Amino acid sequence: MDSKSAHKPYLKITDLTKKFGEFTALDNISLDIFESEFVCFLGPSGCGKTTLLRAIAGLDIQTRGSIEQDNVDISALPPTERDFGIVFQSYALFPNMTVDKNIAYGLENRKLPKDQITNRVRELLDLVGLPEQGIKYPAQLSGGQQQRIALARALATSPGLLLLDEPLSALDARVRDHLRGEIKDLQRRLGVTTIMVTHDQEEALTMADRIVVMDHGLIEQVGTPEEIYGQPRTAFVADFIGTMNFIPGAVTAAGTVSVGQSTFQCDTTYHANGAPITVAIRPEDINAQDIHDGDSNVVDAEVKSLEFMGSFYRANLIGPTFGDGDVHADFSVNLVRRKSVAVGSRLPVRLPAEYVQIYAANGS
Amino acid sequence: MTETSAPLSTAQPPLVKEKLSRDDWIMRSCMVVIGLFLCVFILLPLYTMLSKSVENKDEAFIGLANYIEYFSTPALFWSAGNSLTIAILSTVIVLFVAFIYGYALTRTCMPFKWFFKVVALIPLLTPSLLGGISLVYWFGNQGVAKGLLFGETIYGPIGITIGSSYWVFPHALMIVITALSITDARLYEAAIALRTSQVRTFFTVTLPGCKYGLISAGFVVFTLVFTDFGVPKVIGGNYNMLATDVYKQVIGQQNFQMGAVVSVVLLVPAIIAFSVDRIVQKKQVALLSARAVPYEPKPHRVRDMSMLVFCLIVAAMILCMLGMAQYASLVKFWPYNLTLGFSNYDFDVMDGGGWDAFWNSLYMALYTAVIGTAVIFFGAYLMEKGRGFGTGRSIFHMLAMLPLAVPGLVLGLSYIFFFNNPANPFNFLYGTLGILVIVSITHFYTVSHLTAVTALKQMDPEFESVSASLKAPFYKTFARVTVPVCTPAILDVSMYLFLNAMTTVSAVIFLYSSDTTLASVAVMNMDDAGDIAPAAAMAMMIAYTCAAARILHAGLTRGLLKHSQAWRNR
Repeated sequence: MDSKSAHKPYLKITDLTKKFGEFTALDNISLDIFESEFVCFLGPSGCGKTTLLRAIAGLDIQTRGSIEQDNVDISALPPTERDFGIVFQSYALFPNMTVDKNIAYGLENRKLPKDQITNRVRELLDLVGLPEQGIKYPAQLSGGQQQRIALARALATSPGLLLLDEPLSALDARVRDHLRGEIKDLQRRLGVTTIMVTHDQEEALTMADRIVVMDHGLIEQVGTPEEIYGQPRTAFVADFIGTMNFIPGAVTAAGTVSVGQSTFQCDTTYHANGAPITVAIRPEDINAQDIHDGDSNVVDAEVKSLEFMGSFYRANLIGPTFGDGDVHADFSVNLVRRKSVAVGSRLPVRLPAEYVQIYAANGS
Repeated sequence: MTETSAPLSTAQPPLVKEKLSRDDWIMRSCMVVIGLFLCVFILLPLYTMLSKSVENKDEAFIGLANYIEYFSTPALFWSAGNSLTIAILSTVIVLFVAFIYGYALTRTCMPFKWFFKVVALIPLLTPSLLGGISLVYWFGNQGVAKGLLFGETIYGPIGITIGSSYWVFPHALMIVITALSITDARLYEAAIALRTSQVRTFFTVTLPGCKYGLISAGFVVFTLVFTDFGVPKVIGGNYNMLATDVYKQVIGQQNFQMGAVVSVVLLVPAIIAFSVDRIVQKKQVALLSARAVPYEPKPHRVRDMSMLVFCLIVAAMILCMLGMAQYASLVKFWPYNLTLGFSNYDFDVMDGGGWDAFWNSLYMALYTAVIGTAVIFFGAYLMEKGRGFGTGRSIFHMLAMLPLAVPGLVLGLSYIFFFNNPANPFNFLYGTLGILVIVSITHFYTVSHLTAVTALKQMDPEFESVSASLKAPFYKTFARVTVPVCTPAILDVSMYLFLNAMTTVSAVIFLYSSDTTLASVAVMNMDDAGDIAPAAAMAMMIAYTCAAARILHAGLTRGLLKHSQAWRNR
C-alpha cells in the first residue's frame, strides 16, 4: 500500500467521535481509504464498526469530527446528498417489486430514458450472474441470490463508494464461501472503493486489501491481512485473529526474554528491561522438525493430548517452560506419523524468534 | 494506543450539526402539522374542560369549590361508587367467561371453532345500546322472560352488568386469544416430560404465560364499562352512574361546570387504568422476545365436549341478544300484536332523525375511515421512519397515545367547551358533520396508531436507508413500498375506524345538530321517547351495515393477499 499513500486518499476520516448519550461508540477515529481499495472493518460486536460505516453513509451522523470523500467535506450531509451504494445483511430488497424493478429503482430517480434503464438492468443481472431472474420477486429467490440482487441494486447507479454491512452473515456457510469470492472478483473488476463491515475474520482475511481491526470504539490496527495476522500490534488483535498462544514472561536483556525456566531470543525493541510481558506465538509457527543442537529458542515439551483436525493434528503441549498453562502446536499428519508422536511423547520444539510477538503484560 | 487513534488533544473538533435534506424538512413539517392537529383537537379541548371545572357559571375562577360541592352531594358522589361496583363486577364476569371461551378456541380441539369466533365478534358490530334494548324485551316490564329475575328489576345494576358484559366481551376475548396463542409448546412438552399433572401444568405454565394478557384485558374491560354511556342510559333506570350523570348535568340541568367536574372524576380512573396497562404491556413484550414453537392442542374428549357446551351457552346468549332486537324490531306492537312487518323501519315518521340519521352515520363513518386512516397511517410512518428529531417524535407518540385514556363522553364534552366558544377560530366546525368526523378520528386514534406502528415496525428498517442511498424521495418509497406492503394493516385500521364511528354514542352525543343526527344517537333518542321498537330497528340497521362492511373487508383482504401471494410468502 506504500505506493498509494503518496496519493491523496479518496475517503479521509479525521478525529471522528460518536456518542450515544454517555456511551462513546467511536473514540476519535482517524483513517484514510484510497481509491479502488477494499477495506474491511473487523471487530467483535459492539466495537463500533457498524457505527463507523453508518457515519460514513450519513445514516447516523457523528457527534464530532469530519469525513471527506473525493476532496469534498461530507461531514454534515444527509445520505441523499452523498455518493454511495449500500448492501445490508437483511438484503432490504423491496418485497413487492420484481428483481428488475428493484435494480431499476435508483436509475429511475436519475430520470434516465426507459430503454437505457432496461439495458443497464440487463447488464447488472449479467454482472451478478443471474440473467434470467429479472421477473421474479425477491421472496422467490434464495438468500444468496437475493444478496446478489441487492449488490446489483447498489451498483446500478455506479456509486463512488460501496458500503457492505455484514453482507454475508445471514447466508449458509457454503453460499457464503462462494459469494465471498464473487464479491471480491466483482470489486476488483469494477474498481469501486469498497468498505465492508464484518465480524468474521476469515471473510476479512480473504477479501480485504486492508483490514481495520476495531475494539471499544478504537482502531487497534490497520494493515494488510498478512500484517494483521503475522504481526498483530496488540494482544487484542493477536487474540482476535486466528489462534494464539500466550505465555507470561519478562524481558531479561535487550533481545532476550525469560519464560518459565528458559530464555528466548526475540525482538524486544518496545519493552524495557525487567518489564513483565506476554510472549505470543501461533500454533502453526511452533516447529518440531529439523531441530539441530545449538539452535536457539528450543524447549522440551510433553504431549498432553492430541486432537485430530483432518489435515493436521493440534497438540496440547506441557512443560516446565510453559508454566501452568497448555500451549497449542499444529503438527502435520506427516510429522506425527514419521516421529510417532502420541500422547505422552516427549520432544523438543522450536519457537522461531521471527514469529514470536511480545506484549506488555498489563493487557495491551 | 495506535498511531491511527490520535492521543487526546485538548482542543476537541466542533460538534457536527447535520444538514437537513429536503425530505427531512417535509417529513418533519408534516409530522408537526399532524401533531398540531392532535393538540388542537385533544389537548386544548381537555384543557378547556379542566379549567371549566374550576370556574363558576360566570366563568370566574373559584378554585376547587365545584369539587367540594360534588363530593359533599351524596347523590352525585354515590354515582362514582355505583360506576366502580358495576365496572368491577363486569370485569370479573367478562374475564372469567372470556378466558374459558378463549381457552376453548386456542387450546382445545373443540369442533365449530370458526362459528364461535364469528358469534363472539357480533357485539363489535352493534352499538352498546342494542344490548340494553334487547334486555328490555327479555326481562323488562313486558319482557318474555321476566319471571327468571324472581321479582328483581332489570332496570338497574343487573341490567347494566349484563348489558355491559355483552358488549365488552369481544374486546376482552381478542386480548385473551392473543395471549393464549403465544405460549411456547416446548414448555408443555417439558411439563409432560417432568410428569406434571394437568392441573399443575395449568397453574404453573398456562396461567403465568397469559397473565399479562389477562391483566390487560381486565383494564380494558374496566375502562370500557366504567366510562360507557349507552348501556346505563337505556337500562339503568334510577341507578345513577358517572357517565349518565355527566349527561344529566349537561343536557338536563345545563350545569356545564358540574358536568366538567364529573368528567374529571370519570377521567382520573381511566387514566390510571391506562397507565398501569401500558406498564404491564411493556413487561409482556420483554417476555415474548424468545422464538417460540406454536402450541398444537391434542383431542381430549371430555375437555373438548365440556368446552363445546360452555361455548354453546355463551354463543346462545349473544345470539339471543341480537335475535331479540331483530325480532322486536319486526313486531308490530309489542306485546299485544305480534305479527311481523317493517313498520318500525319507517324511521321518517318518527322523531329521532329518520333515515337521514342513518345516511349521516354512513357518510360520517366513511369519511372517518378514509380521512382517519390516511392521517393516522401517515403520522405513524413519519414518527416511525423519520430520521433524527427524537424529541419531536417522542412528543408525537405521547400525543397519539393520549386519546385511549380519554373517555368518549369526556372528549365530546370538552369539544363543546372548546368549539362552542365564538372566539375560537374553529367555531365554524360546531354543529357540522366535520366535527363528528374529527371527534371520531381523535377518539379512536390510539388503537389505529398502534396497529399502524406495529405493521411499520415489521418492515425492514433499512428500506429507508437504501432508498436514501438511491436518491429516492421519501414519498416515492412511501407510496411504492410502504403502503403496498402495509395494505392489510391499512385495511384493518379503516375497518376499525368505520365500525367504531358507526356504533359510537358517547363521543358524539353532545356534538350532533338537528342536521347531523346520527343513527346511534337516533337509537338513544327514540328509546328515550319510548319508541323502543324503532330504536331496535335502527340498531339493527347499524348492525347490518357493520356486518356488510366486515364482509367487504374480509373479501378485500383475501383478494389482496391472493393477488400479492407471489411476493408476500416468505
